Amino acid sequence: METTEKTPSLVKMFLKKMLQNKLACFGLLMIFLIVVLAIFAPLIATHQPNVMDTGATLLGPGQDGHLLGTDNYGRDLFSRIVYGSRISLIVGLGAVAVGSVIGILLGLVAGYFGGWLDSIIMRFMDALAAFPFILLAITLMTVLGTGLINVIIAVGIGNVPGFARMIRGQVLSVKEELFIEVTNSLGAKQARIIFIHILPNCLTPIIVYATMNVAGAIISEAALSFLGLGIQAPTASWGNILKEGKDYLIVAPHIAIFSGMFILLSVLGLNLFGDGLRDALDPKTRA
Amino acid sequence: MESAILLETQDLEKNYTLKKKTLFGKKAEVLQAVNKVSLAIHQGETLGIVGESGCGKSTFARLITRLIAPSGGKVFFDQKEITAMAQPEVRSLRKDIQMIFQDPYASLDPRKRVLAILTEPLEIHGIKTAKERRELAYEMLEKVGLQREHASRFPHEFSGGQCQRINIARALILRPRLVICDEPVSALDVSIQAQVLNLLLDLQEEFHLTYVFISHDLNVVRYFCDRIAVMYKGEIVESGDAETIYQAPVHDYTKKLLQAIPKSIESNEE
Repeated sequence: METTEKTPSLVKMFLKKMLQNKLACFGLLMIFLIVVLAIFAPLIATHQPNVMDTGATLLGPGQDGHLLGTDNYGRDLFSRIVYGSRISLIVGLGAVAVGSVIGILLGLVAGYFGGWLDSIIMRFMDALAAFPFILLAITLMTVLGTGLINVIIAVGIGNVPGFARMIRGQVLSVKEELFIEVTNSLGAKQARIIFIHILPNCLTPIIVYATMNVAGAIISEAALSFLGLGIQAPTASWGNILKEGKDYLIVAPHIAIFSGMFILLSVLGLNLFGDGLRDALDPKTRA
Repeated sequence: MESAILLETQDLEKNYTLKKKTLFGKKAEVLQAVNKVSLAIHQGETLGIVGESGCGKSTFARLITRLIAPSGGKVFFDQKEITAMAQPEVRSLRKDIQMIFQDPYASLDPRKRVLAILTEPLEIHGIKTAKERRELAYEMLEKVGLQREHASRFPHEFSGGQCQRINIARALILRPRLVICDEPVSALDVSIQAQVLNLLLDLQEEFHLTYVFISHDLNVVRYFCDRIAVMYKGEIVESGDAETIYQAPVHDYTKKLLQAIPKSIESNEE
């Protein structure tokens, strides 16, 4: 009975809005392609990503059956980029998950309870944010050691202050709204007020911010790998490939160009999608 | 015949300390928002509280629902002292005392559908099963003059008057005994005001409600209330039967308030 009474569900309304936005669809398509690359990497890759062929180094695109050419060890660049998408996506999503969960919890507590708790949490966040991100990541990577999980943790921690600040600001304005006082007057407990009323009303900018931060995290991973602190050779990650490519910019520019292009496309896709999300998630613009 | 007292306040006070910075450091200044208010509200009656903005009406409303803690004095509800209650007790007390606020839109969570808004009070107090809650919500929706189909909509799809009806439905779904209406119609068009007021009157009869009706509009209060208390600078300066106060005000401030009613409206009333 209820299903017949419902106006279009949230998901339907959201999809309708998203589909009307051409740029967001384009962004989503790019993200989708990269996700497909990552999931079906073994099926899509034409070669083993780490197998060297000293007879076929620095081949250009299309030569000898290598779609995007080979690198200085004769490894197939296309296959390396395909496998590298796995690392980029895992780091991007993982770091944002770590950063957003910790940041949202800290921001909610700081914003809702205020007072000394707020001061302690936010000054700590300020201190964390005051570190240049790369310096912070280098410190963390030195302490934690290299490796995929540690890259995720390091990049994730770098993301915490942004999320905490953003959600705290949202909480400060939302908690003064009348409907929060009304919920209080109904006899609701604080946990209900925080998680059922305040959090959902803070979430729109957070979702958009998180989407764009996935892009930022992908770049951070690339930067860390580029500096030799992130994913270690021979594992392929876009940052690693880019780093190796820089030594051969003159003789084999395709290495840096293609790996850089994939970073660019994924970041662009995520940003366009994030913009679309922002419009589609606003309940006031729902048709 | 006087019915039993439902809510009583004794010397209720609320002070706010304002810190002012002067040339020689900070100076604390005490603002008395509510000053020694003693009032009794009888079962089934409607008590109007009138006064200009900033006179402490809304603070008084929040004090008797214990949304804020008083600086002094006591509040008794059904002979229990609610000012002495601990938080969990206060929460269960909320079943009996509900509020309706001035701004109909801002009172509703913009991200929740009407059905979720209406079932929330029941959910909070763990009353009934999910299915029964939904049925009750539909029933309430019809009682306040809306339709079942409205249950799946979001607040922004409604007009101000409809939103206030939703607020009323939510306040009444717990079957409270006392409803505090804090300027419930002043944000609405005049034509809608009458509809909402009549709805409140009908519901009062049906559910045997007691109202505390806060307003700055003496015409509305006269139409709606049995008794009136006039509040000025945090104090009750005059209280009594609505018609008596309207016809023969004693306190200067009440006279001023009555004079301030635009003449054309008054002549329409006669």
